[in-house]
Amino acid sequence: MVIEGFVALYIFMLAAFTGYEIISKVPVILHTPLMSGSNFVHGIVLVGAMIAVGHADGFWQSAIAFIAVVLAAGNAVGGYVVTERMLEMFTSSKKDK
Amino acid sequence: METFINLIYLIAAALFILGLKRMSSPVTARDGIVWAGVGMVLATVVTFIHPAGSEDFSRFFLINIAAITIGGGIAWVTGKKVKMTDMPQMIALYNGMGGGAAAAISAVILIQQEYSHDIIIQSMAVLGALIGSMAFSGSLIAYAKLQGIMRKTYRFENQQLVNGLTFLVVILLGINLAISGSDYSMFGLFLFFVLALAFGVMSTAPIGGADMPVVISLYNAFTGLAVGLEGYVLGIPAMMIAGIVVGSAGTLLTQLMAKAMNRPISNVLFSNFGDSSGEAQEVTGSMKEIEASDAAIQMAFASKVLIIPGYGMAVAQAQHKIWEMTKLLQERGVEVKFAIHPVAGRMPGHMNVLLAEAGVPYDIIADLDEINEEFKNTDVALVIGANDVVNPAARNDKNSPIYGMPILNADYASNVIVMKRGKGKGFSGIENHLFFEENTRMLYGDAQASANKLVATIKEL
Repeated sequence: MVIEGFVALYIFMLAAFTGYEIISKVPVILHTPLMSGSNFVHGIVLVGAMIAVGHADGFWQSAIAFIAVVLAAGNAVGGYVVTERMLEMFTSSKKDK
Repeated sequence: METFINLIYLIAAALFILGLKRMSSPVTARDGIVWAGVGMVLATVVTFIHPAGSEDFSRFFLINIAAITIGGGIAWVTGKKVKMTDMPQMIALYNGMGGGAAAAISAVILIQQEYSHDIIIQSMAVLGALIGSMAFSGSLIAYAKLQGIMRKTYRFENQQLVNGLTFLVVILLGINLAISGSDYSMFGLFLFFVLALAFGVMSTAPIGGADMPVVISLYNAFTGLAVGLEGYVLGIPAMMIAGIVVGSAGTLLTQLMAKAMNRPISNVLFSNFGDSSGEAQEVTGSMKEIEASDAAIQMAFASKVLIIPGYGMAVAQAQHKIWEMTKLLQERGVEVKFAIHPVAGRMPGHMNVLLAEAGVPYDIIADLDEINEEFKNTDVALVIGANDVVNPAARNDKNSPIYGMPILNADYASNVIVMKRGKGKGFSGIENHLFFEENTRMLYGDAQASANKLVATIKEL
């Protein structure tokens, strides 16, 4: 999909406002899990890395693209596992009683 | 086919935003990460039928499957194993991997020179490479520092000048890559990446461990931005949206953290902690010890106890015992709350995670703004392994390096009990005036052993 210059700018701008809005109401107790959660979300770089494998020609480009996918998968999977582990533990005393 | 793939990417982007939104409340946070996770799985699976791989599908499929298995497998095992106290550096590590992936994508694009005559795409690829490389090497340094692999802070004269010059050279090389069409040499490209990686190392190495949370958060935002730029280069709006959402959210989070620590971001990045002017105030008085049994009795007969946990409690793994003590006190009718400073633990919210692990419900945990007024009506403030965050010098001593940092006003409580391993100074090496106050008593010893004694005494009463 080819994205025209100005459309890209609009996407960037709206996404930036969205991110700002989401975080501005977050209580401090969730800062660490949220940082971890947002860390997981940019694991979407995995999609880009996989496509880079498709684009790559020859050994060196393929090797770099391979490393990109390894790193991106680490970002996505690791980010998910630790965030889920942290959020799983948050319990309310009202629920228990 | 392409429409279908793009539709799935669109759904994934929506799930990311909704997931992050749900993560902003403790009640729905758990669902939030699952939603975002579903989005990620959908996007990943559908990418296997992306036209980019159709030319030589078996090669495309095998490389991707192998790489995902290796990267994902290692991350899965380490992520499941990591201790809650080590969480900040693990986040730094995973974040660095994302930045490295973004930089590597750029590397493939720039080597191929496929878009080298489109100056906008080429510029975005260069910028993504620069930011991604810095986030990669910088995060690895942050990981090494918090993990204790790299203990020193590396500083030398004219360091900022050297860093500045390196950055300038990287920028010039980058501009050259962006504007010279396909006329650039592979050596120039190689040098660009080496220096960008070096700059990430050089700018992070001089920053002290106490400031690392802000740095990690900043690199998290950097990676987001780099991913967004790669999304543009590859023409995948879902990557652009997810990346930029994280980029802006991460920037805001960085600001919030820096504010909580009273360390403007420029100070964290460009100055050295503790380089304060003037002599800090002399401390008068002496530290007075207390026995665990006396401390326990004091709390058992109080009507309100506020507990201020610090990283020292987590290191001693005392949080389970402290929660047991809290339950005993609650049974006796004592009102107990946990007062959390924004930077308790290693990063904002880290202490909440550690307490949650021990089973402490989040509704008796209060943060600084909510709780600071209550210290005046508190009988006992119990400080466990926390130091700078309760140092009144931040309020009264203009020459103290921590002057102006918001603190928990533990000294306003009628009695203060400080559980501490020994008489030494804390993480930052600053003398704590609270420990010398008239109403303060020191309970020395390993936090877990002391907590055991407290629990035993309260049980006998």
